[in-house]
Amino acid sequence: MAVMLRNTETGYGLVAILFHWTIAALFAGQVTLGLVMTGLADEEPEKFGLYQWHKSFGLLILLLALVRLTWRLINWAPDLPAGMPVWEQRAARLAHVFLYAAIVLVPVTGWAFVSSSPLGIPTFAFYLVVVPHLPVPVSEAAEAVLQRVHTSLALISAVVAVLHVGAALRHHFVRKDAVLRRMIVPARRRCGD
Amino acid sequence: MRRLSILSAFIIVLFTLPALADALLSQASGRYRIDAAKSRIGFSVAQVGGGGISGVFGEFTGRFEINGRDISRSKVEISIAPASVATGQPRVENFLRGKAVLDAVRNPEVIFRSSKVTRTGPQSAVIEGLLSARGRQKPALFNVELVKRAGRRIVFRVTGDIRRAPYDMQVGYPIYSNIVKFEMTLIGRRI
Repeated sequence: MAVMLRNTETGYGLVAILFHWTIAALFAGQVTLGLVMTGLADEEPEKFGLYQWHKSFGLLILLLALVRLTWRLINWAPDLPAGMPVWEQRAARLAHVFLYAAIVLVPVTGWAFVSSSPLGIPTFAFYLVVVPHLPVPVSEAAEAVLQRVHTSLALISAVVAVLHVGAALRHHFVRKDAVLRRMIVPARRRCGD
Repeated sequence: MRRLSILSAFIIVLFTLPALADALLSQASGRYRIDAAKSRIGFSVAQVGGGGISGVFGEFTGRFEINGRDISRSKVEISIAPASVATGQPRVENFLRGKAVLDAVRNPEVIFRSSKVTRTGPQSAVIEGLLSARGRQKPALFNVELVKRAGRRIVFRVTGDIRRAPYDMQVGYPIYSNIVKFEMTLIGRRI
């Protein structure tokens, strides 16, 4: 049986699985990095470099998210398991929509926050490409607001992601269905299909 | 005939200029104290994509001695208070004063002491010496140009590029250049 790149009615294809885990790992790393770097005093020499890595990986997430969303639009997700209560189906769909939105909005608000800073520190993504600032108002007030929006959105997303992980584990260990497994093992095409 | 006289004048000027410069230098000979209130020590650090950080050091003291007979024996010493750095952006200033850059609390002085002065033109010279900052002492070189001399006052324009890394101040590199460009107007008053 050949591994499917595209999703099927019952399982995820390899592309969707790679997007899911890559962005999940990057997002978890970014939340951790964000907490570490904002916890450092401004005068700590490491802080500047950590911010640059945070900005670089944030832009990478945004890029991957846009490609992933495009892929998602041309690949319907597999059906939810039969017998799932309606409220769980709604909660799952809501969480998925929120997390899809988050992987775009969290980096965009971070980019806007950096762009609004009167410090004007350039974003030199992965020390390779200078990424221009977004056309947003530049002031201490705008920077403070956008920082709060970015941080709050990131933390709420982290909470939703934890609930999402919890739900996946519940499906695997309590309901013993294929919800988690199908996000690990790609769908396969039977010979002759 | 007219062309010949212009040529003669040119030759005369060419040969008398060094003598004039020597005379000027001889008159400038003496010890001076830097007038910090009227002098300016500016700096700039370029950033990727254009622009950068620029500012001044507001507090400094210094003195120099011009040896009119042998310019190479002239001396200069300047002490800058890193805490006096000003850029117009308080967050940048605090960062520059902090331990990531100038570490002004533990190293309250940046000192330059000359060791060699080499004349490069009628009114210019290169000054070599040691620059101490952040507890490190490294060779440094500045270009000096005599701008004006009037009475007991003498004005120099001083430029020089100092690399940050040898002083362990490379934070922000390569987004911010390793080179700090100094541009100073130093006004000396004869002691």
